[in-house]
Amino acid sequence: MPNRAEVAAAVAQAHRREWAFVLAATVRLTRNLDLAEECVQDAYARALIDWERQGVPTNPGAWLTTVSHRRGLDLMRREMTLRRSLPLLVEDDESADTAELALDAMEAAHAIHDDRLRLICTCCHPALAQESQIALTLRLVCGITTAEVARAFLISESTMAARITRAKKKIAIARIPYRVPSARELPERLDAICSVIHLLFTTGHTAPTGESLVRTDLVDRSIQLARMMRVLAPDNPGVMGLLALILLTDSRRDARVGVDRRLVTLAKQDRSQWDRAAIDEGIALVRRALPHTDRYTLQAAIAAVHAEAPSWEETDWREITGLYELLLRIWPSPVVYLNHAVAVGLADGPAKGLTLLDALASEPALAAYGYFEASRAYFLVDLGRVDEAKSAYESALLLTENAVEREFLESRLEGLPL
Amino acid sequence: MSQYLVLIYEDESAYANGGQELWEAVGKEHSVFAENVGAAMAGGNALQPTSTATSIRKDDSGNVTVTDAPFAETKEALGGYYLLEAADLDEAIELAKQVPARFGGVEVRPIMAM
Repeated sequence: MPNRAEVAAAVAQAHRREWAFVLAATVRLTRNLDLAEECVQDAYARALIDWERQGVPTNPGAWLTTVSHRRGLDLMRREMTLRRSLPLLVEDDESADTAELALDAMEAAHAIHDDRLRLICTCCHPALAQESQIALTLRLVCGITTAEVARAFLISESTMAARITRAKKKIAIARIPYRVPSARELPERLDAICSVIHLLFTTGHTAPTGESLVRTDLVDRSIQLARMMRVLAPDNPGVMGLLALILLTDSRRDARVGVDRRLVTLAKQDRSQWDRAAIDEGIALVRRALPHTDRYTLQAAIAAVHAEAPSWEETDWREITGLYELLLRIWPSPVVYLNHAVAVGLADGPAKGLTLLDALASEPALAAYGYFEASRAYFLVDLGRVDEAKSAYESALLLTENAVEREFLESRLEGLPL
Repeated sequence: MSQYLVLIYEDESAYANGGQELWEAVGKEHSVFAENVGAAMAGGNALQPTSTATSIRKDDSGNVTVTDAPFAETKEALGGYYLLEAADLDEAIELAKQVPARFGGVEVRPIMAM
């Protein structure tokens, strides 16, 4: 029999891997998110005790689902008399039929597939605010506790709990359906899911405030979710591009922060520290997605050019400039203009880059964006305009609260020639 | 089936300045909408402009104040509504997308089942 530590590790692993599967299958039975969560939590608690006595089952997900279902049936019987305050989730007729079936043949692959798609589509429904979509996805699809979700977004647990409760209420009361979207709706709904996953990644990749540059838990969750979506929507190029973008950007994780905890820019990173396996997987995905030029795929293609360059100096900036031009056609946002200007500066010289940057100076969206002034400062230094570079770095410093980024900007400022 | 109220919020000045032609064009759009929606339509009305609105409030001690104004002054004001039947929010949103509201937009609210 396994010892306590082994069981705890097996339960933790099942939590990471199977939570969404067990919850999705339970929601189909209970048609009530709160009740289903309660059952799944019970099942994991039972696993801690039972697996120590009986051994870890060969299929932990199926074991947990059976226990959670049993608990669900039990509670539902009790609640016949003690009606819950929230109405039942709306499902299509088909799913109500297969709920019975799933109890007998849980391994029916398509049912499992649809269960998880239904769950994440409900969490990322466009009628919910995006901050609620993110909170629900972490809570329900990833099984992260409300306290942990609150910590990840640096807000109080009570605020996060209220946000999650409000979102669940809206799902039940406004009757946001719990179902797989039609083929016609699916692309739009996948977009919404991708932007939630992407936002999780970017929040984790550069933690906007706080001491650590990368919040790896959020990054890892975003990779896990993107991989799940690859399974659920295998032919969607946007999902391919998103996973590629995340893998390629995150492949530089170890090289981004130096031993002294300082931010190391792409130019100075030790490229031997880049995760080659992640890069290879990312590049293969970009190649598959590429005839489609959605924003994630194009960003991933840009990251792939960096990944393939042996050094900063040998980077193909013209290729990168061209990719940003394609990106601007479908996503003409100020931040993309900023990145395009930087790429032009590196391809054609700092004067051209600075001209393009200065043309963006009146852009309100960039006024609070530290990278804008930092990029200007970079080209100003190259052009020998030290005083202007100094004030640009000072402006950038006012705009970032991330300690590691602040240190980087301060060191650049100190390193300026007098 | 559930019921949803679709509240139409639009810029009133557009209608005030639009003349008879605009009225007729928008009226036609609403007829087309009603026809498309068919049996899902449980009711609906257009409202007179907010310049005709009267607001009534009662304070804690029971004093009533009557004011010659809408409840809230906004650029886009409630100008009409539809009561629609739909299986779920997705269906209600699909119907609401077809509601004519060229000078604003619509809000969908589930009706409380008693």
